[in-house]
Amino acid sequence: MKYVDEFRDRAVVTALAERIKQTVSRPWTIMEVCGGQTHSIVRFGLDELLPKNLTLVHGPGCPVCVTPVSLIDDAVRLARQPGVILCSFGDMLRVPGSQGDLFGAKAEGADVRIIYSPLDALELARVNPHRQVVCFAVGFETTAPPWAMAVVQAKTMGLPNFSLLVAHVLVPPAMEAILSSPQNRIQGFLAAGHVCTVMGYEDYEAIAARYRVPIVVTGFEPVDVLEGIAMVVGQLEEGRAEVENQYVRSVSREGNRQAQAVVDEVFEPSSRIWRGIGEIPRSGLRIKSAYAEFDATVRFRDVLAQYGPAAQEHPECQSGLVLQGLLKPPDCPAFGTRCTPERPLGAPMVSSEGACSAYYRYRKSGAG
Amino acid sequence: MNDTSFEPSCPLPAIEKKTVQLAHGGGGRLMRDLIQEVFVHAFDNPLLSLLHDGATWPVEKGTLAFTTDSYVVRPLFFPGGDIGRLAVYGTVNDLAMCGAKPLYLSAGFILEEGLSLDVLRQVVTSMAEAARAAGVSIITGDTKVVDRGKGDGIFINTAGIGVVPPGVCLSPQMVQPGDAILISGDVGSHGVAVLSVREGLAFAGEVQSDSAPLHGVVEDLIVSGVEIHCLRDLTRGGLASALNEIAEAAGVGIVIDEMAIPVLDPVRGACELLGLDPLYVANEGRFVAMVPASQIEPALAVMRRHAVSGKAALIGSVSDRCSPPVILRTVVGTNRILDLLSGEQLPRIC
Repeated sequence: MKYVDEFRDRAVVTALAERIKQTVSRPWTIMEVCGGQTHSIVRFGLDELLPKNLTLVHGPGCPVCVTPVSLIDDAVRLARQPGVILCSFGDMLRVPGSQGDLFGAKAEGADVRIIYSPLDALELARVNPHRQVVCFAVGFETTAPPWAMAVVQAKTMGLPNFSLLVAHVLVPPAMEAILSSPQNRIQGFLAAGHVCTVMGYEDYEAIAARYRVPIVVTGFEPVDVLEGIAMVVGQLEEGRAEVENQYVRSVSREGNRQAQAVVDEVFEPSSRIWRGIGEIPRSGLRIKSAYAEFDATVRFRDVLAQYGPAAQEHPECQSGLVLQGLLKPPDCPAFGTRCTPERPLGAPMVSSEGACSAYYRYRKSGAG
Repeated sequence: MNDTSFEPSCPLPAIEKKTVQLAHGGGGRLMRDLIQEVFVHAFDNPLLSLLHDGATWPVEKGTLAFTTDSYVVRPLFFPGGDIGRLAVYGTVNDLAMCGAKPLYLSAGFILEEGLSLDVLRQVVTSMAEAARAAGVSIITGDTKVVDRGKGDGIFINTAGIGVVPPGVCLSPQMVQPGDAILISGDVGSHGVAVLSVREGLAFAGEVQSDSAPLHGVVEDLIVSGVEIHCLRDLTRGGLASALNEIAEAAGVGIVIDEMAIPVLDPVRGACELLGLDPLYVANEGRFVAMVPASQIEPALAVMRRHAVSGKAALIGSVSDRCSPPVILRTVVGTNRILDLLSGEQLPRIC
């Protein structure tokens, strides 16, 4: 299949792995930002092909994983409201809040629908004028444009029954939070190719310069990931700290200006709590006041205000350390015992992009 | 059933009803008419026509195989099949995997009030065609009607009986280290075909379900004298789940080569876009065969003679018991486990 097979070619993969081995002269630690890259690495066993002194650390780039318990609780509460249809991408349904997950709410009678596109939710609102359609809008910069477009269309169509519970997060502030932490050990990044397809990579140039770290915009197939690693390692060995683009078939420096414009029209940056990590300034998106009628936290303010202070993470879940690259999933004492996909303590064990889920599914242990 | 000369007044003859009503399951005239005009008419065979509480037939010496399965699918019709075909082929295939020649099926229907009778006729006609294609007779059945909103149109249960030829013994316990693992064709088409119509995924529109009866190729393998240790059809949970079940039941390990597993391009494309793994996607007309290494070529030759298994391929081998039991050699040459999934695969966010 075109655009897939050539990026999974065994000979090319082997040659890239050899190139990395030849280049690395001392220990380096690299973080792949995106959960999609983490899954590719573990699914294809790419880390097995790397030299022992090159450490890959899995980053926070799984939007499902970083959505705080409090927002999942809000989604479950709204789903349980009479007359509400709660729409979500499938990934989100198994993620535990403090009061269970959305699958549980569905089993108890809530109308929870898996959608494939924000336009599906818009159509649901149009054909169900007497129901309130609430969308759990989760994602990084990649999925923000279609949600923003859905809000613009809802306004144009005059839909009074469509709103978003926004849990959108932004990558660069999270990378800066990791780099500015005293515990940081990351020396180079694979930036997330799909996020950069929308946003470009100008923002990353300032980060690379300020923190002296190489950043390579990287795709998701085995050849992409290994080439990205080779480019980061090349920079590290040469003492460079620049932004380079491996994912040229999808990403340009300026990104998709039209998509950025519609995001700016509807959303604005806001402070955001990241699950297990804490609050990061200007790391999330919220709906601008001009579109407040489509903000579920405004529309259902009275409903959500009935509940007490936000719930905390499960005390045993170490997802914060995992998401910051400070702990490998199999090294968590609960991994595979008290925390499994059937009974997860935290989101990374159930999200399709979660690091814990990747190790559980493809490895069961860290040893390979 | 003895008719009396007394005819109570009846608002409309059943034939003029357009939808299933609760009375169709009530045991009265409407139900009798439904059974006669829809089921007996379509399934037409001497054992069913007796309309007794059960069907009876003489048995010969030998081994019987008996299986049952229930069918729920939304939508009822999808590219390459429908719930009626699934209900026949699914049970026929379960019998075939025991090495049995399928003979008779039962059919239990749970119908939702309000279901179009035309839809029911289409499904029943499709079952009748599938039964003819599979050489089985549907000889007994049952109908219930549930309130509107308490069902999903039609639920069907079929049970099947078949006869296993003397000397044939297929089971996971026969599987041994060194056995080869053959697959009868490409995987994932059924699941993607159903998903494409259920969710309106235009990009997967050309994919057809692989729904098909497998008894013919199995019978040919047996008659041709190919030594087979175990057969397993791939249904829910896909190839990955079937291999895990066999490895566990047989107490062996399995090593599979990802490159060797056939997957059609539109299926791969749809799975890539949705974040699904075709090895876990449902099939309805595919099976794996565990055979001694010496039987690889003869088995593949027989399988490739049949349209349902024309793309049969060698995909792996059985090893000594290991944990986890199934290892996948990836396309890039590394190894990883191929585990059972915790639940259904869910489409990803981006």
